[in-house]
Amino acid sequence: MTLADIPEVSTVLDDQGADVPAIIKGTGHLPEMRVDPIRLFHRVREECGDVGRFRLADKQVVLVTGAEANEAFFRAPDDVLDQAAAYPFMTPIFGKGVVFDASPEERQQMLKNQALRGDMMRGHAQTIEAEIRRMVADWGDEGEIDLLDFFAELTIYTTSSCLIGKPFRDQLDGSFAEVYHRLEHGTDAIAYVDPYADIDSFRIRDQAREELVAKVQAIFAARVALAESLGGEIPKQDRDLLDVLIAVGYDADMVTGIFISMMFAGHHTSSGTASWAMIELLRNPAVMADVVAELDALYAPDADGAAPEVSFQALRSIPVLEAVLKETLRLHPPLVILMRLVQEDFELLGHTIPAGTVLAASPRVSNRIEEDFPRADEFDPGRYVDPRQEDLQNRWTWIPFGAGKHRCVGNAFAMMQMKAIFSVILRDFSFEAVQPLDSYRDDFTKMVIQLAQPARVRYRRRVSRFAGARNSTTESS
Amino acid sequence: MKVVADTGLCQGHQLCQSEAPTVFGFDEAADVVVLLDEHPDEALRADVTTAVKYCPAFALSIEEDR
Repeated sequence: MTLADIPEVSTVLDDQGADVPAIIKGTGHLPEMRVDPIRLFHRVREECGDVGRFRLADKQVVLVTGAEANEAFFRAPDDVLDQAAAYPFMTPIFGKGVVFDASPEERQQMLKNQALRGDMMRGHAQTIEAEIRRMVADWGDEGEIDLLDFFAELTIYTTSSCLIGKPFRDQLDGSFAEVYHRLEHGTDAIAYVDPYADIDSFRIRDQAREELVAKVQAIFAARVALAESLGGEIPKQDRDLLDVLIAVGYDADMVTGIFISMMFAGHHTSSGTASWAMIELLRNPAVMADVVAELDALYAPDADGAAPEVSFQALRSIPVLEAVLKETLRLHPPLVILMRLVQEDFELLGHTIPAGTVLAASPRVSNRIEEDFPRADEFDPGRYVDPRQEDLQNRWTWIPFGAGKHRCVGNAFAMMQMKAIFSVILRDFSFEAVQPLDSYRDDFTKMVIQLAQPARVRYRRRVSRFAGARNSTTESS
Repeated sequence: MKVVADTGLCQGHQLCQSEAPTVFGFDEAADVVVLLDEHPDEALRADVTTAVKYCPAFALSIEEDR
């Protein structure tokens, strides 16, 4: 078996260069992926087409784009294309023994247990609305926030409260988000050579994980003590997932890893998407005006002064806002590359990809294929309006959530959360940029992409003609 | 119209059942959607379209009858 018939992308950054850290000298495209992965992935498609190749140390990576190759990638069964082995930078974060990604069957079971199911969404929507209101409760009439700080903290509270439970969330404060952020920042691609290399970002990562384990273990111990003091069991209505995992027999270390991994999928992804939606709205004032008008109309009180609650409406259609969120996700997918380790020789578009190769798809590149998304680099929410429906029309290239069996199981939850967030903050506040619009950008130097700081915006409380009605609804709910 | 459900993609979210309960059912054992009505009445088009649009697994589609 050989990869020789698959073209390899050019090299623009010398892997023996003076700026390349010693530990990754001679690792092919790894030094470039550490500084500018977007340019690397786009160049693969430009130079090689739907199937191209680059090298990360001793791993050959075949990057596919386009509908046909993507469909083959996303439809392949787990025993052929394995997710778990392809993300070495995640293992030290979750901890040894915690599987990165369960099989589809296990995921479906977890989906039910973890309450991401459709009929649980109403409760989640109420939880999320309450968390957002809690975050803006101390805002004055005007002020400044940093988008990363604000949304990273908010989404720690929402993911922990919805996925683990309110008793657990109520034990968290802002320090949890700060530690969690340091953990996420420890995803340096140097992990492809050695995930435990003696480098600063890994030391910070390991320190952060120890701090998180300590926090979770304290909550765990308090819960066990509480159960004992109550004669062995916590009353049913006060239980959350932590109690379930204790009852199943997991120890504190395993529980910590499970919580980190559960929150991981929903945290930096939602935080980044909320930030970029805000940035795109600030860059496109006419779209912002449309969204605000849509929300004002939706939440306008009727003749009796009653207005729909956010937690009700976030689960229903909010077409303009939804289109904005979809277009934000297309241009700024939180994960820019999805990888699998080939377990047995895999046929793909006439090529045989040998076992041991890493096969990858790129949401960032596929989402901007010009043939599928005309004027692909332009922010245009009109793409999702009938009859264009460019997401449904391009199911294998509109892939901010991935596709196939592994398509993000939390995507309905995520969309609901985004709708709830913007329903609350855009009705009560207006926003403006306080730095040049093109200065908002992502930090691509880690595999987990986060907004680069500063990313500051100014809020101003809106003088709302509906203020009285909203208060009365809040009180009655 | 003809409704198509790809059970190779379905993740068992069951959202479609609340949109169009006479069209979409659920196979508890296999944990996937089952089509109760492959050719639903035109009156159900809006509900089926909503189910297709909001399916979290992109597992549903509508094909127009010829």
